Amino acid sequence: MSLLEVEDLAIHFGGVKAVDGVSFKVAPGEVFSIIGPNGAGKSTIFNLISRIYKPTRGTIRFDGADITGLQAHQVAPLGIARTFQNIELFDHSTVLDNLLMGRHTHRDTNFVQDMLFLPAVRRAERAHRRRVEEVMEFLELEAYREKMIAGLPYGVRKVVEIGRALAVGPKLILLDEPASGLSVEESQDVAFWIEDMRRDMGLTVLMVEHDMRLVAQVSDRVLAVANGKPLAQGTPSQVQADAGVQAAYLGTEVAQ
Amino acid sequence: MKVIFKTSYDRDIDLHKDGWSRARIAALVAVLAALPFLVGEYYLAEATNTLIWALAGMGLMLLVGHSGQVSLGHAAFLAIGAYTDAALMNAGLPFLVTFPAAALAAGLFGALVAIPAVRMSGIYLAIATLALFVIVEEMVIILEPITGGVGGIMAPAIEIAGINFDRYANLDHFYWLCLTVVVLVTWGYANLLRSPTGRSFLAVRDSEVSARALGINVTRTRALAFGLSCAMTGLAGALMGHYIAFFNYELFSVFISINLLLVVTIGGLGFIQGAFFGAILITAVPQLIAILRGVARDSFGLDIGGMPGLDTMLFAMILVGFIIYEPTGLYGRWLKTKVWFELFPLARRDMFRRQKSYLKTERQK
Repeated sequence: MSLLEVEDLAIHFGGVKAVDGVSFKVAPGEVFSIIGPNGAGKSTIFNLISRIYKPTRGTIRFDGADITGLQAHQVAPLGIARTFQNIELFDHSTVLDNLLMGRHTHRDTNFVQDMLFLPAVRRAERAHRRRVEEVMEFLELEAYREKMIAGLPYGVRKVVEIGRALAVGPKLILLDEPASGLSVEESQDVAFWIEDMRRDMGLTVLMVEHDMRLVAQVSDRVLAVANGKPLAQGTPSQVQADAGVQAAYLGTEVAQ
Repeated sequence: MKVIFKTSYDRDIDLHKDGWSRARIAALVAVLAALPFLVGEYYLAEATNTLIWALAGMGLMLLVGHSGQVSLGHAAFLAIGAYTDAALMNAGLPFLVTFPAAALAAGLFGALVAIPAVRMSGIYLAIATLALFVIVEEMVIILEPITGGVGGIMAPAIEIAGINFDRYANLDHFYWLCLTVVVLVTWGYANLLRSPTGRSFLAVRDSEVSARALGINVTRTRALAFGLSCAMTGLAGALMGHYIAFFNYELFSVFISINLLLVVTIGGLGFIQGAFFGAILITAVPQLIAILRGVARDSFGLDIGGMPGLDTMLFAMILVGFIIYEPTGLYGRWLKTKVWFELFPLARRDMFRRQKSYLKTERQK
């Protein structure tokens, strides 16, 4: 049984076929990476899965259910969380509040209760904080707990975004270039965290990444795409050895 | 600088960070409650007016400061609150029924309007709310049997449990009534901000796309913010009606909407305290001008009483000044001054420079 099944996914913006006929299956507990040159459609695939874009054709199934027709905000409650390539944090809130916003799908109080701050709200707040604190401990964010996002360095923001996605408590986490712009040490941290997410939290990870070292280190399987079309799928070494993939990256003609 | 050592999550959740901050708020409320014994009738009336403006300002602050939507038509919701309250009271209902009804009417109307309106943003939403204001203004004139049309309507004296709260006969009672409402609304507002609802407002304000990815229904959240904002403004409108006692549609002109926007921007967007700072400024400036007029006449023999639009000009100058030199408003200035004293003598001049470099327009989508 696959956790995520993408079948013949396609989206066309006018004449541009950003994604065209991509299919893959991600098994539970797997780390699956999508690689490809710039503009290959990797992030578009993410945006299709998190329902920001409507696909032109194809289906996306998560946990056995078709999610192709859902709206963007209906995806997170199913257990899909994501990060963004260009960091989409809530800049004018603290790290703690950003992570707490990740707990939105677990809220069970309404705005009237919130306004009166009934005991139930306080209990829920404590429970959310406990969960968020675990995430902060995991990602070593304790030092930044009360800091505003607007004043944090880039590397930390990147980690806070992973933290916010983890706070959702997902089954599947989509990481959009988690290591871009990070130093070697920081991306090594990301590699360890991905390992831990899979091993200790039982998460399934779907990742878009350019850093081939990271991809090779953590991925079980890799899908290479170029110009919206799938090139190759398999273990990292298989995909790296694929002639079509090499051509897409290096621009050499494939020998006939 | 004081560092708080937190030992439980409750320290995080509590409204006040320590007993000192709690004591300060208690002292402030106590002084405000004792105000009728401390100042004369004239200043008490001004204080009442300031409280009502602060209430309306909080309504708009929730919308503009915390959910990132703009409204140029908030005077419409003041009007809905005022007319609902006055009309129902004239029909014989007690204030304890009509007052919540005013909030409900304004809030429901706001939420209803919000459902199509919140799909717009920025300048389009501003125009739509302005149009809404014009519609409400016309409706007030058309619905003459209820609203008194152009002639106006009388807000009857308030009576709760045999106690009279008339604005003229018992100004101190009316002041206490306004203070109670403002304290309760402020408390509810502060609670909202520390709860999931408030966080979802901030999320929608700062990044719609990630709010969606976290499972927040953006349309519904915005409509809720709109409704709550209008409900608060409706309460302020009802009180304003009683404060003026006899009013017609002209009380709720478009300038009131603009003044409300001034309250929130000059006060400091995104802070409850900002609504109060802004309300104090907006009600104090006309008084200052009146005093200035007196001084100019008596000491210099200048008659500036005949200059129309002087306060409008002053407001405009103050607004421009704030936008250029202190975009975070009076409350932002207050916070910076506090930090300066806390760090003294280590504060650096460029300490707050960074805020400028993270403008929304500079981000890539």
